[in-house]
Amino acid sequence: MIFTLHNKIERNSIVLALGIIAVSAIGGLVEIAPLFTIDDTVEHAPDMRVYTPLELAGRNIYIREGCYACHSQMIRTLKDEVDRYGPYSRAVESQYDHPMLWGSKRTGPDLARIGEKYSDLWHTRHLVNPRDVVPQSIMPAYSWLLENELNTTDLRGNLKAMSRVGVPYEDSMINLANRDAVAQATPSSDDVAGLIARYGPATSVRVFDGDSQRVTEMDAVVAYLQILGRLTEIAHSEQSVQTDTNDNTIKAEGS
Amino acid sequence: MALAGHDIGFQLQGAVIVTAALVTLGALFSIRSQPEATAEELTYYYDAPIKAGIYLSLIWAMLGMFVGVWVALLLAYPELTFDYAWASLGRLRPVHTSGVIFGFGGNALIATSFHVVQRTSRTRLPDQLSPWFVLLGFNLFCLVAATGYLLGITQSKEYAEPEWYADIWLVIVWVTYLVLYLRTLARRQEPHIYVANWYYLAFILVVAVLHIINNLAVPVSFLGSKSYSLFSGVQDAMTQWWYGHNAVAFFLTSGFLGMLYYYLPKRAERPIYSYRMSIISFWGITFMYMWAGSHHLHYTALPQWVQTLGVTFSVMLLVPSWGSAGNALMTLNGAWHRVRDDATLRFMMVAAVFYGISTFEGSFMAIRPVNSLSHYTDWTIGHVHAGVLGWVAFIVFGTFYSLVPWIWHRERMYSLILIEVHFWLAIAGTIIYLIAMWNAGITQGIMWRTYNESGTLTYSFLESFVAMHPYYVARAFGGFLFLVGAALAFYNIVMTVRHVPLARNVTNDASVGPLSVPTGEATA
Ligand code: HEC
Repeated sequence: MIFTLHNKIERNSIVLALGIIAVSAIGGLVEIAPLFTIDDTVEHAPDMRVYTPLELAGRNIYIREGCYACHSQMIRTLKDEVDRYGPYSRAVESQYDHPMLWGSKRTGPDLARIGEKYSDLWHTRHLVNPRDVVPQSIMPAYSWLLENELNTTDLRGNLKAMSRVGVPYEDSMINLANRDAVAQATPSSDDVAGLIARYGPATSVRVFDGDSQRVTEMDAVVAYLQILGRLTEIAHSEQSVQTDTNDNTIKAEGS
Repeated sequence: MALAGHDIGFQLQGAVIVTAALVTLGALFSIRSQPEATAEELTYYYDAPIKAGIYLSLIWAMLGMFVGVWVALLLAYPELTFDYAWASLGRLRPVHTSGVIFGFGGNALIATSFHVVQRTSRTRLPDQLSPWFVLLGFNLFCLVAATGYLLGITQSKEYAEPEWYADIWLVIVWVTYLVLYLRTLARRQEPHIYVANWYYLAFILVVAVLHIINNLAVPVSFLGSKSYSLFSGVQDAMTQWWYGHNAVAFFLTSGFLGMLYYYLPKRAERPIYSYRMSIISFWGITFMYMWAGSHHLHYTALPQWVQTLGVTFSVMLLVPSWGSAGNALMTLNGAWHRVRDDATLRFMMVAAVFYGISTFEGSFMAIRPVNSLSHYTDWTIGHVHAGVLGWVAFIVFGTFYSLVPWIWHRERMYSLILIEVHFWLAIAGTIIYLIAMWNAGITQGIMWRTYNESGTLTYSFLESFVAMHPYYVARAFGGFLFLVGAALAFYNIVMTVRHVPLARNVTNDASVGPLSVPTGEATA
C-alpha cells in the first residue's frame, strides 16, 4: 500500500529529498535531452550565416533595452500569422541565438521577418521617437541610441565567447571583430572588402543611422533589425503553405 | 569589480555589491559577536531572522508593486519614461517581476519556512549565522538583480534575467539554505516530517536544479557583466520554458502550498481534511509540472512531440492541483463562520479558491486551439495575475496577519478594520485587473485572426493595440488598488509591532513545546 510506504519516506528527510529530485527529473530529461540528439530537431540550412559583429552588438542592445518584452521573434504555424508576418519561423533560424529571443508577448508586432521591410531611415526615426512615424504608438522612445557611440572595444571577446558556446566564428572573424563592426557602418572604409570576404556578399554595408561620422548604438540596432529573418532563405524556399481550414493551422512538414 | 570592471554597468554593480556586502558583514559580525545563546534561550525558537524576513518581504512588495503600476501606466501613456533609459518599459518590467516574485514572494517563503520548520519539528534552527546568511544573501541577489536591470544588465531569460555573477551567488546562498533546512529537519523531535515541509523542501531543491541548468552560460570576461547562454535556439527555448513554467510550479506553487498547509489549518483550528489527498497531490505536482513547460511553445519551431507531451501533462495537472485546493477548502468545512468573521482567514480561503481557478485556467490555456488564440496576448498576463495576486499574495497576507502577532507575541493585529479594508481593496483590485486582461487578451486574439470576406486580414496590428487602451488604464487602476491594500498591510504590521501590548501569556508558539499544528485526519 503506497500510504504505508509513504509513512516510511516521510520519516527520513534524505529519502524524501532524493525522491523529490528523482520524480521531478524525469519530465525534463525526457523532453529536453532528445532535442540535442535527434537530428531533425533543427533543419539543415547550408546558407545559414552567423551575425556580423555589428549585428551582434545590435542584438545585445536589443536585449539590454528589453525589446523582447514587447516583441516576439517567432511566427507560429497559423495561417493568420503567416499572412500577417510572413513564412513561419524555422528552428534553424535561431540556431546561433544564444539566448533565443522568441518572446512571449506581442505588445508590438512580431519582428522575425522585419529585415529590409522598412528603410534604415524609418527605423532610426521610429526608434528615436515612435510617435513621429506612428502617432498612436505606445512603444518607448529610444533617443539615446543615436547619442551613444557604439562601444566596439569588447566585440572580440564577445565573438570569442559566442564561439565557445558553439557558434562557428573563424579566428579571423574574432580577431578583426572590432574593425569589422566599424567597417559595416562606414562604407568608405578600407576594411569593407575584408568584412564582405568573411561574412559573404549579402552583408549590408551602410550608414544605418544616417550619420557617417560616428558609429552609434543606433547603427548596431538597425543593422540587427535589418538582418532579422534573412540569415538563411530556408523559410522562404521550403515552406508549404497549405492550410487546414478546420483549425487555421498550417501543416509544418514532418508533423 | 567596482574598480576593475570593463563596463560602467559592471562597475556600478560592483559598487552596489561592495556596499551591501559591508553592511551585511557588519550585521553578521554583530550576530556572531553576540553571546552564544544561553541554555534557556535555546529552548526558544530562533525568530529574529523571520521578523526581518517579513519586513524585507513587505518592502519589496511596495517596491515591486509600485513599479508594476508604473509599467502598467507606461502601456497607456508611453511618455512616462521621461526619456530616461532606465525608466523605459523593457528595463522596468523585470524590476517589477523580480521585485514581486523574488523580493516579496521569496522573502515571505524564506521567513515562513524558518517558522514552519521550527514549529513542526519542535526544534530550534541549528545555528544563528546561516539563517541570516541565507536571508541577507538572498536579498543581496535581489538587489543586484534589480539595479542591474535598470542599468540594462540582463540575460533576457524570463524570470532568470540576472547575469552570471548574481546567478553564482544565488547558488551559494541556496545551497546554504538547503543544508540549513535539512539540518533543522535532522534535529526534529517528531518522527514524521509534516506535509508543509515536503513542499518547502521541493521548493528549495527543485528551484536549485532549475536555476543552475537554465543559467549555464559563458561570460565574455570575468570582469564584465555580459555572458552568452550555453544553449541556443530551440533547445534554449525549451530549457527556458522548462525553467519558466517550473518557477511557477516550485517557486510560486510548491512553496506557497507549504505556507497554506501550515497556516490555514492553524488559523482555522482544524486539522487538514485529508492526509492521503495531500500525499497524492504532492507527488502529482512534483512529477507532472516538469513536463508542462512546452505548452508555452505551441505551434512554434519546437518539435511536435514535445508540444503534445506538454498539453497532455498540463491537462492532467489539474487533478493534483484541484486536490490541493479542495483539500484546503474542505479543511475549512465546519469553520465557515470564522471565514465570515475573520478577514485573515478569508484571505487564505480566497487564496485557495484562486489557486483552483488559475490552475484550471492554466490547463485550459495549454490546450492547443485555446493557446493559438491566447498566446502572445494579455490573456497570459491576466492568467499569471490570477495566480500571483489571487493566490500568492492572498496567502502571504493571510499568513502575515496570523504570523505577526504570534512571533512578536502580541495580543492581536493593530487594526482589524484595516485588514478588512485591505481584503476588499485586494479583491476589487484583483477582479478589475483580471477582467481587464481577459477582455484585452481575447479581443487581441480575435482581432489578429479575423478575416474579411475577401480573404484578407480585417485589422491592422495598430488597430489591435489602440483597442487595448481602455483595458490598460483599467488594469493600472486595479493594480493601484492592490498596491494601496499592500501599503495598509505594511502600516498595520508596523503599528502592531510598535503599539500593540504584549500578549499576557506567551503562547506555545514561542518555545520548543508540544507540536502546535493540528494534525491527524478530520475524517479519521
Ligand atoms: C512597450 C512595448 C514595446 C517595447 C519595449 C518595444 N516596442 Fe517596438 N513596437 C511596439 C509597438 C506597440 C509597435 C507598433 C507601433 C509602432 O510601429 O510604433 C512597435 C513597433 C516596432 C517596430 C515596427 C514593426 C512593424 O512591423 O511595423 C520595430 C522595428 C520595433 N518596434 C522595434 C523595437 C525595438 C528595437 C525595441 C527595443 C529597443 C522595441 N521595439 C521595444 C512596442 C514596443
